[in-house]
Amino acid sequence: MDQPVRELSYAQAIQEAMAIAMEQDERVFLMGEDIGVYGGAFQVTGDLVERFGADRVIDTPISELGGAGVAVGAAVTGLRPIFEFQFSDFATLAMEQIVNQAAKMRYMLGGAVSVPVVMRFPAGSGTGAAAQHSQSLEAWLGHVPGLKVIQPATPHDAKGMLLAAVADPDPVMIFEHKLLYKMKGPVPEGYYTVPIGKAEIRREGRDLTIVATSIMVHKALEAAKTLEAEGIDVEVVDLRTIRPMDTQTVIDSVKKTSRLLCVYEGVKTLGVGAEVSAAIAESDAFDFLDAPIVRLGGAETPIPYNPELEKATVPQVPDILKAARDLVSGRR
Amino acid sequence: MAQATAGKATGANLPFIYREYSPEQLKQALHKMYLIRRFEEGAEDSYTRGLIHGTMHLSIGQEASAMGICMPLTLDDQITSTHRGHGHCIAKGAEVAKMFAEFFGKTTGYCRGRGGSMHIADVTTGNLGANGIVGGGLPIAVGAALTAKRTKSERVVVSFFGDGANNEGAFHEALNMASIWKLPVIFVCENNGYGMSTSTARSTAVANIADRAAAYAMPGVIVDGNNLSEVAEASHEAVKRARAGEGPTLIESKTYRHRGHSKSDRNRYRTKEEIEDWMTNRDPITLYETQLQEFGVIDQAGIEGIREAVRQEIADAIEFAKASPSPEIANLERYVYTESL
Ligand SMILES: Cc1ncc(C[n+]2csc(CCOP(=O)(O)OP(=O)(O)O)c2C)c(N)n1
Ligand SMILES: [Mg+2]
Repeated sequence: MDQPVRELSYAQAIQEAMAIAMEQDERVFLMGEDIGVYGGAFQVTGDLVERFGADRVIDTPISELGGAGVAVGAAVTGLRPIFEFQFSDFATLAMEQIVNQAAKMRYMLGGAVSVPVVMRFPAGSGTGAAAQHSQSLEAWLGHVPGLKVIQPATPHDAKGMLLAAVADPDPVMIFEHKLLYKMKGPVPEGYYTVPIGKAEIRREGRDLTIVATSIMVHKALEAAKTLEAEGIDVEVVDLRTIRPMDTQTVIDSVKKTSRLLCVYEGVKTLGVGAEVSAAIAESDAFDFLDAPIVRLGGAETPIPYNPELEKATVPQVPDILKAARDLVSGRR
Repeated sequence: MAQATAGKATGANLPFIYREYSPEQLKQALHKMYLIRRFEEGAEDSYTRGLIHGTMHLSIGQEASAMGICMPLTLDDQITSTHRGHGHCIAKGAEVAKMFAEFFGKTTGYCRGRGGSMHIADVTTGNLGANGIVGGGLPIAVGAALTAKRTKSERVVVSFFGDGANNEGAFHEALNMASIWKLPVIFVCENNGYGMSTSTARSTAVANIADRAAAYAMPGVIVDGNNLSEVAEASHEAVKRARAGEGPTLIESKTYRHRGHSKSDRNRYRTKEEIEDWMTNRDPITLYETQLQEFGVIDQAGIEGIREAVRQEIADAIEFAKASPSPEIANLERYVYTESL
């Protein structure tokens, strides 16, 4: 990329992407709760209302089902809405419009329409907000044909994938981990896209493949550094999209390393890790495995309020270190 | 001192609560309103010191609303509460020590450290819980009222919610069902003018939330939520109706929150003047205190006594919370399902 690159936070990168999208295309607009003068619960929309006006940065009432439905209706009739949920947990109130309408409208109408809506979901734990404001529900939506579900892990990808989402003719659900919003990283100026449906190898290695999503990519990279000093060479795959999932990149990696560890924040069972594991079990990479596949996911509990309990609920770097050492030393 | 004016308003001229309650009960109400105020301040202070994490929504300025609604309720009656629910919890009878313990994430807390501020509850005094989901409590209250009716109990259920919640589908669905089945439930909208940053004028198609009662064929009552007597009177009326099997009521209690929405609010959607005006001219505790003195129920020394007692109660509660044990990590997965015996 030849555009100049600066350091931006993940939140700033998203904001910049939304501004570029709105500048380029009159049809693009934002909807959500308190995204105007308040700037959004996580300050992602920030001052955009001052630049683009209240007609294009629309504060909705507290009406998730209705709001999501309005976005779907606008999208199907030619506009390009970007709808912000204040917390991903509130997707539960809008499931009807997301799952029954947005995801299926094109199919049910035999391809006569498309639904180019983008929905943004601040997700994940670590803020002390307890059980109803800390969930990782991406696998729920990942289960629905018709939706695309992405989890950018860096400011660079947050911007590029959001712009790809706006350009995409189908509904794209973006899960943004709240703890990433303040993280800084290099972001090119101007317009660029990062493809939806392509995983990225963040670190090459020979001994073990860690497939991670969102904030877990950073924890995996941190663990990989420690493991390197111990002579364990880890490859870290950032899945980036969970639907459609780039299983080929994972398969190729596992063929190289012969070991697989999946790390994700959502509840462990019936989640992203199960799908990645199954992709390996169903592929020729299965014959390359030197050890059983290991999944590290969220505990089988709602997210607790107490900070120590909360931390214990999701995979942390020491958990990844232990799992990796056990895997490589054959203790699993 | 204050007795001089007691004769000015007598009998039917007296505001409702002075006719309905004994001086002792009226002083108790002031005590509880102070307890709520100081609890909120203590929570805020503990948060600033890093003793409490996460976020919280303070109800400072809305004490008369919580207290007035709960005055006619018995311990057997139930409530559902909101994210701004500390006041409801105290007004319904919870102990502040166990509330602080919860905020500090301790095992002695009402939710054993699992819930925190946003899920504070005390089932033993009939509080089925605050809620992290705007509007989440309304249908639950209707369900609790269904139980009350089915089991032929005398119980009524109050559902507190904010003005913002009246634009959720759950509000409309809940009111409709409560009405068609004539359930003993009282919907209490604490309209503090804003749902986070969005004023009711910008979020809500009707001028008053109470106007929406008409759509569900129930009485819609508007009260000055900072006037304890007015709130209590409306609550009495609604409770009477509910207990008599006549069905639900929607009460709109107009009030104001002095603090920001939560711990991360820059207050850019309202003016300093507006906040100042409510704080200095319409503070519910000041208003009530002045009125109590005017009617000779309490004198300055009595007020000082209440303040001092509350100060001690809050200090002790915080100490209790600090000294309490934290949950063990080994118990992380407890309470997800009902433990088999
Ligand atoms: C379903 C849902 N949507 C959004 C939120 C985020 N949120 C929490 S409180 C709040 C404002 C609620 O306003 P109101 O009902 O008026 O209560 P108040 O905060 O004024 O007491 C919002 C938007 C939420 N918790 N749940
Ligand atoms: Mg409000």
